[in-house]
Amino acid sequence: MKDENKIALVNSAIAVSGWQEFTITVYTENQIGLLNRIAIIFSRRKISIDSFNSSPSELEGIHRFTIVINETEEVVRKLVRQIEKQVEVLKAYFNTSDELVWQELALYKVSTDAITEKVKVERLLREYGARVVAIRKDYTVFETTGHREETDALVKVLEPYGLIEFVRSARIAIIKTSSGFHEKLKEFEAMAPGTELIENTYLDKNEEVFSM
Amino acid sequence: MSIIQNITKLKKNEEAAGFPLKGAEGVFNDIVELSGSQAVMHAFLAEDVEIIFGYPGGAIMPIYDALYDFTDKMKHILVRHEQGAIHAAQGYARTSGKTGVVFATSGPGATNLVTGLADAIIDSTPVVCITGQVFAHLLGTDAFQEVDIINITTPVTKWNYQVTDASEIPGVLAKAFFIAGSGRPGPVLIDITKNAQLQKFNFEGYKKCDFIRSYRPKPVIRKSNIEQAAALINAAEKPFVLFGQGVILGKAEKEFKNFIEKGGLPAAWTILGLSALPTDHPLNVGMLGMHGNYGPNVLTNECDVLIAVGMRFDDRVTGRLDKYAKQAKVIHLDIDPSEIDKNVKATIGVWGDCKETLPLLTELLEQKNYPQWLDRFKQYKTEEEEACIFPEFNPATEEISMGEVINVLNELTKGDAVIVTDVGQHQMVACRYAKFNQSKSNITSGGAGTMGFGLPAAIGAKYGAPQRTVIAIIGDGGFQMTIQELGTLMQTKLDVKILILNNRFLGMVRQWQELFHEKRYSFVDITSPDFVQVAKGYYIDGKSISEREKLKDALQEMLDHKGPYLLEVMVGKENNVFPMVAQGTSVAEIRLK
Repeated sequence: MKDENKIALVNSAIAVSGWQEFTITVYTENQIGLLNRIAIIFSRRKISIDSFNSSPSELEGIHRFTIVINETEEVVRKLVRQIEKQVEVLKAYFNTSDELVWQELALYKVSTDAITEKVKVERLLREYGARVVAIRKDYTVFETTGHREETDALVKVLEPYGLIEFVRSARIAIIKTSSGFHEKLKEFEAMAPGTELIENTYLDKNEEVFSM
Repeated sequence: MSIIQNITKLKKNEEAAGFPLKGAEGVFNDIVELSGSQAVMHAFLAEDVEIIFGYPGGAIMPIYDALYDFTDKMKHILVRHEQGAIHAAQGYARTSGKTGVVFATSGPGATNLVTGLADAIIDSTPVVCITGQVFAHLLGTDAFQEVDIINITTPVTKWNYQVTDASEIPGVLAKAFFIAGSGRPGPVLIDITKNAQLQKFNFEGYKKCDFIRSYRPKPVIRKSNIEQAAALINAAEKPFVLFGQGVILGKAEKEFKNFIEKGGLPAAWTILGLSALPTDHPLNVGMLGMHGNYGPNVLTNECDVLIAVGMRFDDRVTGRLDKYAKQAKVIHLDIDPSEIDKNVKATIGVWGDCKETLPLLTELLEQKNYPQWLDRFKQYKTEEEEACIFPEFNPATEEISMGEVINVLNELTKGDAVIVTDVGQHQMVACRYAKFNQSKSNITSGGAGTMGFGLPAAIGAKYGAPQRTVIAIIGDGGFQMTIQELGTLMQTKLDVKILILNNRFLGMVRQWQELFHEKRYSFVDITSPDFVQVAKGYYIDGKSISEREKLKDALQEMLDHKGPYLLEVMVGKENNVFPMVAQGTSVAEIRLK
């Protein structure tokens, strides 16, 4: 079967089963072992993770995970609840790709000779918005950022010219409608015993962003 | 400074402060130097820990050394296997309503806890396990008895943490007890490296934890959900309540009773919810699930409003999900938001502690009763009695049935005993037929189905409810899985009654092989030792009977005996537990034979 046919088949299966790409954003305390606690929520259910990024957030001591999976909304909703159930998880959100601005970073190592000798390569790199990160006598490293298709496309065009090495980062994403985590964190901290607070958007707005 | 000097100093500080050390915050006027192990003990005092189940070993020796100075303040029960320790802690937690505490050493000591942790997390039992660990500088070197217990136990703990510095101990233990006991309870494991146990640090007092910013154990209740739920119930013609252990864990038995009584709502229980409502309550219509009662299963698919309280729609309760209560509007009350919509989609999810949500809901209910609807349950009950219960209680054969043992036991205990069961046919029979007058009386391994749970859990259950009669009903298979805990009974002389229902088979698996595998009895034929002789070897009195005429007297003798006692009743070899919802079928397809 041709690749395109295969892809078409897979796509129709996705449409029927309701599978689509979801990005899960998790804010957590910075705690050793939490990465494992979150990862096993997926592996226990035999769900493969397309991309997984963990890094410090804009708030001191708080980490942000960005996890990309292909699943149905129902499964993702349940997964997110399991994630939020973990004691050291502050908050988890899930979004479809159109609700996000997202990027991946890619690095390309190309022979320096190929670039200096072949004008076409230089033009290609410009076309794809690649930036030089390092130049050595024998090789040059470029970087681009973009969606998966964009970074993939550059791999394809560079291959004939001797792409030595390629690496891509996990996705990082900004939720278009979010208003930052500072306020949310203040809310959580204000929930210390004795404070009256109503924070129950889950039961309020079932359809929107999940919240505990 | 020695421990004795420290304690003297503590006492002086206590006097100066004018309040007792136990349970107090900010005990010290000035900072004292303690070892990590001593800090563990002080944490336990502050948390009112009265009993620890454990087993010493190399990596936890400093903690045991510290314990040596505190034996007048707390008991330690030396078990015979760490699995026994955690099951005992579970039993203790379940009868006392407090958090069970366990000690185990590193490596195999810690891995032996895993089954108990898995059992405790699925049955929401609050347990704090302290494991010893090799010195911090040896972590990752494959040191003697080193095992990565944090990663091993991550999927089976609500929270776990490795302490490598003594100064962390007060804060971490405070978190451990808070997390284990609050919200939906669960097991917590704290792994303490040996250097941290030995290390001296400036102990500034123990402060109980009541807040963690990333953890919200007490949901804020939304009034609108309560109102919607009440409206649904008030409009119902055939409402049906399912209740689980949430009622017991929330200490909401009274609130629950008021709720169903005002609404006139028939209520059925999951096996962990059993005893939350007296079994002879007129609105108690029986047991749910695979071996539950006929009416509650069939009528699940006929009710118009299904109200689930503190239960999680386990597959053994629901049977086939796509044919489960599809006609009904579902109201789901749970403290754990991840349970709402997990298995059964809720029309209205009421997220909250049922101790708080039930009274709010009750207030909005109309005083009602549904005589015709209740009659339906009664009709099915009569049918089940004729087809299953009467023959079970009055077998035509000479062989004793499990049901008749429980029936006679009910007569003698009058429903006042704590019944601890293991896993298998005897468990289903005991849960089906045992009578209970008060809550926290049925202790069993529900979600995990852990064979070997019974005996150690009964030991813990007795410590949790020392005034009550505790009877461990166990099968011949499960008993042999933790039979070594007879040693614990011998040493403690604890008044636990062991009732073995011996059918000389791994009965539940045999039943399935008979029904679904063309009677191909593959390795279910289990030989047992002479249990009475084994008990005798442990200086525990016992008896074995196989005749019906002796049953009542033997049970009476067991109950009257002072101290531990083992009664083995030889029961029918190939009896089956019915009714049964076969796997993969709907609750409405429950079969009576």
